[in-house]
Amino acid sequence: MSRIKEFNLPDLGEGLTEGEILAWLVKVGDTIELNQPIVEVETAKAAVEIPAKWAGQVHAIFHPEGTTVEVGTPIIAIDTDPGAGPIESSTTGAPAGDLPTPSAASLAAVEVAPAEGAVEPGLIGGPAPGGRTAVLVGYGPRTTAAKRRPRKGAAPAQATVAPAAAPVQAAPTPVQAGPAVVAAVPTVNGNGRAAGPVLAKPPVRKLAKDLGVDLGTLTGSGPLGSITREDVQRAAAAPVAAEPLTVTAPGTSAASFGADREQRIPVKGVRKLTAENMSRSAFTAPHVTEFLTVDVTRAMKALDRLRDRREWRDVRVSPLLLVAKAVLLAVKRHPMVNSTWAGDEIVVKEYVNLGIAAATERGLIVPNIKDAGRLTLRELADAMTGLVQMAKSGKTSPADMSGGTLTITNVGVFGVDTGTPILPPGESAILAFGAVREMPWVHKGKVKPRLVTTLGLSFDHRIIDGELGSKFLRDIGDFLADPEAALLAWT
Amino acid sequence: MAKGDPGASTRGRRAAPRSRKAATGDPELVQLLTPTGERIESVTGPDGTEYRVDFTDEEYRGLYRDLVLVRKLDAEATALQRQGELGIWASLLGQEAAQVGSGRALRTQDMAFPTYREHGVLYCRGIDPIMPLGLFRGVDQGGWDPNEFKFNMYTIVIGAQTLHATGYAMGVAMDGKTGTDDGEAVIAYFGDGATSQGDVNEAFVWAGVFNSPLVFFCQNNQYAISEPLERQTRIPLYRRAAGFGFPGIRVDGNDVLATYAVTRHALDNARHGQGPSLIEAYTYRMGAHTTSDDPTRYRIASEVEAWQAKDPIARMKAFLEREQIAAADFFTEVDEQARREAVDLRERVLAMPNPEPATMFDHVYPNGSPLLDEQRAQFSRYLESFEGSAH
Repeated sequence: MSRIKEFNLPDLGEGLTEGEILAWLVKVGDTIELNQPIVEVETAKAAVEIPAKWAGQVHAIFHPEGTTVEVGTPIIAIDTDPGAGPIESSTTGAPAGDLPTPSAASLAAVEVAPAEGAVEPGLIGGPAPGGRTAVLVGYGPRTTAAKRRPRKGAAPAQATVAPAAAPVQAAPTPVQAGPAVVAAVPTVNGNGRAAGPVLAKPPVRKLAKDLGVDLGTLTGSGPLGSITREDVQRAAAAPVAAEPLTVTAPGTSAASFGADREQRIPVKGVRKLTAENMSRSAFTAPHVTEFLTVDVTRAMKALDRLRDRREWRDVRVSPLLLVAKAVLLAVKRHPMVNSTWAGDEIVVKEYVNLGIAAATERGLIVPNIKDAGRLTLRELADAMTGLVQMAKSGKTSPADMSGGTLTITNVGVFGVDTGTPILPPGESAILAFGAVREMPWVHKGKVKPRLVTTLGLSFDHRIIDGELGSKFLRDIGDFLADPEAALLAWT
Repeated sequence: MAKGDPGASTRGRRAAPRSRKAATGDPELVQLLTPTGERIESVTGPDGTEYRVDFTDEEYRGLYRDLVLVRKLDAEATALQRQGELGIWASLLGQEAAQVGSGRALRTQDMAFPTYREHGVLYCRGIDPIMPLGLFRGVDQGGWDPNEFKFNMYTIVIGAQTLHATGYAMGVAMDGKTGTDDGEAVIAYFGDGATSQGDVNEAFVWAGVFNSPLVFFCQNNQYAISEPLERQTRIPLYRRAAGFGFPGIRVDGNDVLATYAVTRHALDNARHGQGPSLIEAYTYRMGAHTTSDDPTRYRIASEVEAWQAKDPIARMKAFLEREQIAAADFFTEVDEQARREAVDLRERVLAMPNPEPATMFDHVYPNGSPLLDEQRAQFSRYLESFEGSAH
């Protein structure tokens, strides 16, 4: 038994085929104990920490953070006897900084993808049609290509499928040409079949749908001309090469509009969640958006004076802080905007969990400040700074992102004036804060250069009427136009 | 029990005990040990029953040892799953007191019907803790003899075991094994989510109508996977029993002493032929539903923190320390024993042999069957069709 042991990514939750490395909790050279957490991995079901299987010293780490790794692939090598002196020549002993390759033995153990046609969808324990894997509980697996050991005496093409498919991939693979992509083949029906209802049993229809085969283009070989499972599979397996678009050789002047010039990015993670939330919200909550342009010169001056104060010296003070304060004060005056539509009732919340939309490397996330209405301005500033740092470092926990009641999106940082934001699901109002610009503005009867911004408020019209929405937005504007007076008047 | 434990006579230095009457109608818990480890001498339940325990110091220490060992072994199993050595694991973290309290209340002749999470009860029944790990590693079907240990196989189907238990309990009554001090009783474990199942409600009906010697032990851990309790019921679960015609009571499931007292009483009622009862052990699942689940998606951290303060082991430790029933060396010794048993468990799990795939045909009929023989042959040919197969 070698003293260097490689740990393969296990199936962390009943039938998963891959996981994304979120964060390494150890680095090469670290001494680790048995069951010490070494890596955080996110699967389709959960983000979990994996405890070390052996005590020893971290010898090599095979995949950087952010990589999606297939189950069964080595992710880390551990020297289980680091006191025994240096290691003789070994494939895992790559120089520090590089991502080393796992040993040949472990590569051989990785199952390789079978050639097209070797996959038999629908077998128990095997992949479902379309490459999905059936699971009993959880949140559903990602769509993945099915894997299986090769059959004995299969076609030679199969033998050439080398372990290239496998483990060391420094960057995430963007293009995944799964069977569903290949399958949309409009096979022309030579028999000129008369238009009319297509005969096919429901499971066959399902299979055709999964494989992207149009039943109307097939000729059935079953009883009464019905389309069989085999007909569909044959159509799905038909070669794409016959497509005329592939004629153009690279380098010629005629532009290709085929798949070679398209990038396919799998929809997953934050992108997938964002898409689901936005679609759900956009098509269930009737949104209205109102705009208000405000002269914020006084507010910006007030911010400067705040920054100058000694006790605020180390605090990050941004215009967003004043907007947040304005929103919180306006909510107190119009509690109804801080509510949820719950079907047969409206839930009005006495607490404000203020969401701040943040653009991160992983995509849009909206962490929220819990019970922000109770915070002093200083506490609010600290909370916002913490929130942003957390989001930037990717450490925002699901709890930080759940339970939001009202959100601010600071589109101004991207240099645009305003927008019509979509409500986060379960919330009834969201404020877009645009860029603060120096603009010609009528001030005390004269046109003067003033600092001006535009606020955009979207709200759920089922709960909030135009009057309430307008008053709420007006109050936010009033505060930003003259924060000192608004504070005196309202608090 | 470990050697070198302090002596047993300690009554004199105990603080004056409190007594308390549980308010009627309220979903109040029967509690003998508060979250801070304060001992309540006795509690009178809504029906006038007085709940109390009278343990020796050695027994108190034994309960603590059970709690710690059960938690440690469970944590080791969770780690083994994360390392790819188990297919799945349903952790009992947070529910140790409910399981040890009820498990230790069982008498040798009593029969238990578990779900798939009752590792603590299994431990109390004297079954080798390796047994369920074989099941979740996929190398056997769970290896204990239910008749030998009076502990049925783990049941994965939610709530199904309550009907098995009801049938078993009806059998016990028909065999005339109730009505004496040494009568037999049956206990059925299930969770809050299972109370929404038809099976459980049918079991309530049958056990109630036939006055079966059965204790329904519901560990209300607040979540049916991701579904919170308020979506299971509009009334406290223990009050459901009234509608089926037998008593129900809620006990602090994080209090091993109260759980023991309440379960012992219910079991004794059953063995004396006084029919079934429902115990709702109010507790909290500190971990995930199973290793396939991510609880941060549906519950907030502050809730988990609030329950952390009610930890069953911490309160028992506080009690033992305050009453000077155990000292630092005892706690160190228990931790060391837990560590040793966890290492031992790990080594034995890793050494479990993988069964030959064809052995799945072996345990269906005692003398085989032509149909299965044919299937076995087909299956063997199928396995041999793969490259690199050892067959």
